[in-house]
Amino acid sequence: MKSISPVLWQYLVKWLTNFALFPAEASKIAPQMDALLFFMVLVSLIGLTIVVLLIISFSILYSKKRHPVAIQVEGSTILEATWTIIPLGLFLVMFVWGAIIYFRVYTPPANAMNIYIVGKQWMWKAEHPGGQHEINSLHVPINRPVQLTIISQDVFHSFSIPAFRVKREAIPGRYTTEWFEATQLGTFHLFCTQYCGTQHSGMIGDVVVLSEADYAKWLTESTSGMSLAQNGERLFASLSCAACHNSKPDARGPSLANVYGSKQRLTNGQLVTADDAFLREAILNPSQHVTQGYAPIMPTYQGQISEEGIIALVEYVKKLDSNYRVDQTLTTTDLLPEGGNPPGKSGAPKKTAAQAPDTQGMVKQ
Amino acid sequence: MSDSQAIAQGTHPEGSGAHVEHPPYLRHHFNSVEQQADTAGFAMWLFLLTEVMFFGGLFTAYLIYRNWYYASFVAASHQLSIVLGTCNTVVLIFSSFTMAMGVWCAETRRKKGLVVSLLLTIALGLVFLGIKTVEYREKYEKHHIPGDHYSLQSFINPASDKEASEAGDKPLALDAAQHTELYFSLYFAMTGMHALHMIIGIGILVFMVIRAQAGAYTSGHVTFVENFGLYWHFVDIVWIYLFALLYLISRHA
Amino acid sequence: MSDTIVELPDQATARIPKVNYITKENGLLSWLLTGDHKRIAILYLISITFFFFVGGALAGLIRLELLTPQSDLMASDTYNKVFTMHGVVMVFLFLVPSVPATLGNFFIPMMIGAKDLALPRINLLSWYLYVVGGILVLITMVTGGVDTGWTFTTPLSIHYVNTNVLTTGLAIFVAGFSSIFTGLNFIVTTHKMRAPGMTWFRLPLFVWANYAASILMVLGTPVLAITIVLVALERTIGIGVFDPTKGGDPLLFQHLFWFYSHPAVYIMILPGMGVISEVISTFSRKRVFGYTAVAFSSVAIAVFGFFVWAHHMFIMGVSNYAVLVFSLLTMLVAVPSAIKIFNWAFTLYKGSITFETPMLYAFGFMGLFTIGGLTGVFLGATGTDIHLTETYFIVAHFHFVMVGGMLMAFLAGIHFWWPKMTGRMYPEKVSQLAAVVTFIGFNFTFFPQFILGILGMPRRYAAYPAEFQILNVFSTAGATILGVGYMLPILYLIWSLKYGAIAGDNPWQATGLEWQCQSPPLTENFTVQPIMDHEAYDYEWLEGQKQKEEEVASVG
Repeated sequence: MKSISPVLWQYLVKWLTNFALFPAEASKIAPQMDALLFFMVLVSLIGLTIVVLLIISFSILYSKKRHPVAIQVEGSTILEATWTIIPLGLFLVMFVWGAIIYFRVYTPPANAMNIYIVGKQWMWKAEHPGGQHEINSLHVPINRPVQLTIISQDVFHSFSIPAFRVKREAIPGRYTTEWFEATQLGTFHLFCTQYCGTQHSGMIGDVVVLSEADYAKWLTESTSGMSLAQNGERLFASLSCAACHNSKPDARGPSLANVYGSKQRLTNGQLVTADDAFLREAILNPSQHVTQGYAPIMPTYQGQISEEGIIALVEYVKKLDSNYRVDQTLTTTDLLPEGGNPPGKSGAPKKTAAQAPDTQGMVKQ
Repeated sequence: MSDSQAIAQGTHPEGSGAHVEHPPYLRHHFNSVEQQADTAGFAMWLFLLTEVMFFGGLFTAYLIYRNWYYASFVAASHQLSIVLGTCNTVVLIFSSFTMAMGVWCAETRRKKGLVVSLLLTIALGLVFLGIKTVEYREKYEKHHIPGDHYSLQSFINPASDKEASEAGDKPLALDAAQHTELYFSLYFAMTGMHALHMIIGIGILVFMVIRAQAGAYTSGHVTFVENFGLYWHFVDIVWIYLFALLYLISRHA
Repeated sequence: MSDTIVELPDQATARIPKVNYITKENGLLSWLLTGDHKRIAILYLISITFFFFVGGALAGLIRLELLTPQSDLMASDTYNKVFTMHGVVMVFLFLVPSVPATLGNFFIPMMIGAKDLALPRINLLSWYLYVVGGILVLITMVTGGVDTGWTFTTPLSIHYVNTNVLTTGLAIFVAGFSSIFTGLNFIVTTHKMRAPGMTWFRLPLFVWANYAASILMVLGTPVLAITIVLVALERTIGIGVFDPTKGGDPLLFQHLFWFYSHPAVYIMILPGMGVISEVISTFSRKRVFGYTAVAFSSVAIAVFGFFVWAHHMFIMGVSNYAVLVFSLLTMLVAVPSAIKIFNWAFTLYKGSITFETPMLYAFGFMGLFTIGGLTGVFLGATGTDIHLTETYFIVAHFHFVMVGGMLMAFLAGIHFWWPKMTGRMYPEKVSQLAAVVTFIGFNFTFFPQFILGILGMPRRYAAYPAEFQILNVFSTAGATILGVGYMLPILYLIWSLKYGAIAGDNPWQATGLEWQCQSPPLTENFTVQPIMDHEAYDYEWLEGQKQKEEEVASVG
C-alpha cells in the first residue's frame, strides 16, 4: 500500500475509522430502524443481482453470434405471476415493518420528559420545562425517553438527529412531536433538513447526551431562574386569563386546573382531548374551541404572544392542579385602582401587580 | 363504431371513379369529415376534463376551509347579494339556451338565426360580467377584498352592516371574523377564474359572429360552433356550482 | 457472422431522399409556422437540448460548491438560487417534455399509421408555450433568480423570499399548459387516428407508455396550475389560503403541490420506459415478453400514481392513518415497474442480441432504474422514510430514476431514431464510448449520495460538516466524467448530420410502421395509407417483407 500517497492513505484511514456507512446508533429505535434498512439493502442487492445476472447471462447466451435466429416467446403467465407476487410480497413486508417502526417513532411513551423546540430562521431554540433555554443545542439525559414538541415560528423547518434516526417537520401554526431514548453518551449532529432560506445550512447544532449526574448538573447550571411553568404563570396573570379562568362560581371561563389531558366537550358537541395542540389552538382560535356551557367570549391572542409565550402558557396549564394561586391574583388585581382588563377585550394588558418588569414571552410575533 | 371502421368508411376506394366529397375545411391529415368532427369533439371533452381538474383545486380548498370555519363562511356569504347571484344564474342559463339555439341554427344552416343567437349569447355574457362588476365594486367599497385593507367590521359588529343585520347575524369573535377573509379569498379566486373563462369565451364569440356572418358555419362545417357550445355550457355549469357553494350557504327562507 | 444488425444501403450510391419533411419547404417561417409534427419535434429537440445544458451548467456549479464543506465558492443565497433553478429547468423544461415532445411528437403518428397528430395547430401552440415558459425562466435567472427550491414550499415562497417567485410561477404555469396540450393531443390521436387494423393491442408499447403519461399530464398539470395561481395571489394580495395566522393551512399547499408533482415523476419516466420497450425488442429481435403485461403496467402506474402523493409528506404531521394508506399505495405502485423490468429482461431470452448504442443505454437504464426504483421503496416504507427523507438519499434516489433512468432512455431513443429523423447514422464506436463513460460517471456521481443520505447529510445544504467531504469529492469527480459523457453526443450527433453514413429506410431492421418508410420521412409520412395486418413486434412479418422485396428486386 506504500504506492498510494501517504497523505491520501492517512485521510482514508481517518475517514474509515471515524464512521462506518451508517451513522452512530445512539438511540433505542436506531438499531431497529437499521435492521429494516439492512433488510431493504439486502433485498435490493438480491433484486439487482438477479436483474443484472439475467441481463448479462442472456446477453452472452443469446448474443447474435451465438444465437443468430431469435425464437419468439409470447410470455408466460406463471412468470408474470411470480415476479408480480414476490416483489409485492417483499414490499408488503417492508410496508408492515416500516409502519411498525413509524408508529414506534411517533408514539411517545407516557413517561417521556417533554422539551419544546421552536424553530425559526435560522436557529433552533430548545425550551426545557425547568427554564433552561438553549440555542442550536439540546442536552438530554441518557436512557430516558425524551419527547420533543416542535413548532416553527415562520416557515417549514425540520428537526433531524441522524444518530437517533428521528426527524420531524417543524410547521408554522401547529405542534408536531417526536420522541427518542438516547443510548450512547456523546455529541451528535442536529440538522435542519427542510429548506428554509438563506442560512438553511447554518441551522445546525449539537445534541449532547449526558449521564444522569451530568445532566442534573447541567440543569442547575443552565437554568435562567424561572421554569417554563413559572413564566407561564406570569403570562397567565399579565394577560388577565385569570379574570375568566378561575374557580369562582360565576367564572366566565372553565377552570383550567387539571384540564390537561382531560376530555372536553365543545359547544359543537365534539369530545376532544385537551392536549398541547388543543391548548395552543384555544389560545389562538378560541371561538372554535368553546367548552360546552360557556359563552364564546374569549378573545384571541393571535399576534400578541410569541410561540415561546404559548409554550410557557401550555406548560403552566399542564402543571396546574389547583386554582389557589389563580384566585389569589384575582384578589390582588381587584385591589388595584385600574382593575384588571375588562373581559372580551383583546389588546395589550395594562400593568398589573402581577406583571414582572422582565417582559420575556411578551414579544409580538 | 370503431375508429378504423370510421376511417375505412371515409376512405374512398382507389380508382373507383366514384365522386368523393373533399370539402375545403377537411384538413389533410384526416381521412374523412366524420373523423375530423369526431376528433374535435373528443378533444374538446378532454379539454373540459382538464378544466374540471383546474377548478378542482379551488373547490378542494373551499371544501376544507368551509368544513373548518363554517360559522365564518356563513357570515361572510351573507355579504353576497342573493338577488344579484340569482340574476346571474338565470342570465347564464339563458345564455346557454341561446348558445344551444346557435348550434341548432348552424346545424340547420340558418345563418341569420346563428348570428342572432351568438349576439344574444354575447349580450347575456356581458350582462353577467356587468353584474359581477357591480358585486365586486360593492366588495371593494366595503373593504372585503382580501389583503391589506380587509376590514372585519361587518363581522365583529353586524349591526353596523346592512347585509349582516338583515341576515340576523350574531357578532363573531375576532378569530372567527379573521377567517372570513379566507372565504373572500376563495370567492374572488373562484369567481375571478370563472369570469376569466367567460371573458375568453366572449372573445371567441365575437370572433365567431364575424365568421358566422361570412357563412363559415352554415355550410356543413359546424364543429367549431358545437365545440364552443360545449365550452360555454361548461362555464355555465361551473357557475351553478359556484352559486350554490358561495351564495347559498345556510340561507333560510 | 456479424455481431451487428445494422444494414445500411451501399454508401457509394445511397443518397438522402430529395423530398422529405426537412426539404419540403424552406425558410425560417416555414419552420416557425409549421403544422408538421416532425418539424415541431425538431423544434422541441433544439430547445430542450438548450435547456438541458443550462440545467447541466447549474448542476456543475452545485457540484463545484460542494467540493468543500464551507460555502466558499458562492454566497449561500446564490447557491440556493442555483439549485432552485437547476430543479426548475431540469424538471419542467427538460424531463417533462423530453421524450413526449420530441420522440413522441415525431413518432406517435407514424407508429399508428397516421399522417399527423390530431391537432397540429395545438401542437405548434404547445411548442410556443414551452418557449415562452423557457424565456420566462431565463428572465428569472438574469434578473436575480429564485431561491425557494423547485418545490416552492409555502410560507417560505410567499412571505420569506423577495426573489422572482412570480416570474418563475408564471413560467411554470405556461410550460404546464404546453404539457397539457401535448398530452391532450396524444390521447386524442391515439383514440381517433389509428390506421385500419391498428387495434389497441397492436400498438407499439411506446404509444401505450406515452398514452399513460398523457393521462397524467392532462389530469395532473391543471392542479399545479391552480396551485401556482393561489401562491401568486397569496404573494401579491395576501389572500391567506396558506397562511396559518389568517386561518389558512400551509399543509394545503403541500397536498395540492404534490398532487401534481408525484404524477409528474411518472409523466417523466413512462415515455422513457416506452423507448426501452422499443429498443430492447429491436436489438434482441424479439417481441417484447408479456406485451399485455407491459401495456397494462403503464396504465397501472398512471392510475396508481394519482393516489400516492402524500408519501412526500410522511413526517409533516399528517395523520398516522393517512400515512398508512399512502405507504401501502406506494408499495402497490412500485410493482408494475418491477413487472416491466423483468419483462424486458426476459425479452432477451432466446433472442438474438446485439449491442449497439441504444441497447447499451437500455441496459444502463435497466440496472440504474432498478436501483432507483428499489430505493424508492426504502422511502415508501414509512419507518425508514423518517431517517432518509430530506437527505441526500432522496437526491440520489430521484437522480437514479431520472438521470440513470429517464435521461438514459432519452439518449437511447435519440440514438435509436436518429437515422429515421435525419437519414444519417451516428458514429457507432464514439457513441458506445459515450454511453459507457456516462454510465461510469453517473455511478460515481450519485452512488456516494446514497451513503451521504444514510449518514444524515441534509439536502439543499451549501455548507456541510467536514466529515461528509470525501464522499462529496467523489460525487463531484463523477460529475465531471458525467459531463464529458453528455458533451460527446452533442458533438458527434451534429457531426453526423453532415458526415454520418446514409441510413436508408430501416437500418435496425425494426418492425414499427415508422421504419417502413423513407429516412427522413415525407411530410405526410406515408404515400399510401398503411393497413395493419400483423401484430406489433412481428419479426416474422418483417422477414416476409424482406423476402418479398428481394423477390421483386430479383425478378426482371
